[in-house]
Amino acid sequence: MPAKVVVLGGGVGGTLAANLLAKELGRDAKVTVVDPTGMHVYQPGFLYLALGQANGRWLARDERTLLRRDVDLAIERAVRIHPDAGTVQLERGGRLDWDYLVIATGARLVPDQIPGLSEGAFGFYSLEDAERLREELRRFRGGRVKVGIAGIPYKCPPAPVEFVFMLDQYLRRRGLRERSEITLLSPLNRAFTIESASKVIQPIMQKRGIELETFFNVESVDPSAGTVSSLEGDKAEYDLLVLVPPHRGQELIDASHLGDASGWLPTDRHTLEVAETERIFAIGDGTDLPISKSGSTAHFEAPVVASRIASLVKGTAPRSNYGGRVMCFLETGDGRATSLRFDYEHPPVPPQPNRVWHVAKWLFNRLYWETVPQGRIPETAMRGSRNEVNDDGERSES
Amino acid sequence: MSATIAKTLDMKGFACPLPIAKTAQAIRELDVGDLLEVLATDPGSVPDFAAWSGSTGHALIESTETDGVFRFLIRKG
Repeated sequence: MPAKVVVLGGGVGGTLAANLLAKELGRDAKVTVVDPTGMHVYQPGFLYLALGQANGRWLARDERTLLRRDVDLAIERAVRIHPDAGTVQLERGGRLDWDYLVIATGARLVPDQIPGLSEGAFGFYSLEDAERLREELRRFRGGRVKVGIAGIPYKCPPAPVEFVFMLDQYLRRRGLRERSEITLLSPLNRAFTIESASKVIQPIMQKRGIELETFFNVESVDPSAGTVSSLEGDKAEYDLLVLVPPHRGQELIDASHLGDASGWLPTDRHTLEVAETERIFAIGDGTDLPISKSGSTAHFEAPVVASRIASLVKGTAPRSNYGGRVMCFLETGDGRATSLRFDYEHPPVPPQPNRVWHVAKWLFNRLYWETVPQGRIPETAMRGSRNEVNDDGERSES
Repeated sequence: MSATIAKTLDMKGFACPLPIAKTAQAIRELDVGDLLEVLATDPGSVPDFAAWSGSTGHALIESTETDGVFRFLIRKG
């Protein structure tokens, strides 16, 4: 009897894990992906979509075309996981049995947690929001733009910084920059969580005239007054407000009583097993791991989970461990970008923004569909040169 | 110190800025003069809490470390 492996979620993590498992195990396993839409969305593209540099068609593909033929796809919403029975309940009444379960259902946007956000703020964290923001930016004739974060943790931590840089460039091109103010509302006393990255980012913000308002954890929006308030008690006026909405775990996780108070899955940082369960693994934005919620994280976690399940099916000891590796590009506008490469033990040493990383991100965006979901990008390529020399002339191991 | 701690926030295992965001949220529910205790394991939280209390008008009256756990005692200003 082949082992039954069910993968919940057809995003980058779920798709890659399913393909790797089917390839590795062949007839020893039957792999099924369950996804409510059957569409695979390339979320890093939302940023480009909002700023008129991409169209929505480029950002979504039929999940079926990204999966190996021997992987089944069920276009269904999973509503309840029963860990002891080894089953998943589906919305339309069906049920799937599993020997191994991979939860890769991601994070859920919950804008309603912030009063006034849905009415007063634009965003670029969903396809629909990015399209709405693009239209609003087309109508924009100058004014005060405030860009902030309305809940932590959120996906793709560099995205708000990338957005202000790319918005600065966008407004300059349209001749609106001098009539506009751009302010980044940051939850900390710096532009970005990671201090080494802030040191690279802040001088560029200064040069471009992008303001930084520190310790601004968004509490509420007053659309009629055109103000956004922080938990720290400050208030900022806006003509255009762009916020990252609060995130939490999926309803499925709450309904299955598997998550913490915010719906995140308690996950072993190395084996990626869900705590206090057996044969259940988690990948990507849905975990409670203290690292970036990003496609890159899921991309690096999927091979670990696939390898561990493959070992268990074959009856050998799993060896593969996740070391916390993440690799992010960070666009700084004007055709330049930097990169953040780090893991649990090594903080990033971002290079000065240059054209090479911008081209690398552009290439990655272009090549994504033909490479990442299928596991065609070798891990070493994403690691960068092992002996890269950083700005201080030291050799970096990242 | 005779004042009692009005609330304790356990942020162990979480990376900044989550401890700061949760602290900002928690301190709103306290009265002026109340003490908030925050426990964290992210070493970055030490400078972050110092800067945060400085900028928000709350007093960081204690910042200590025991076995990798940082303890911050903040008096609401």
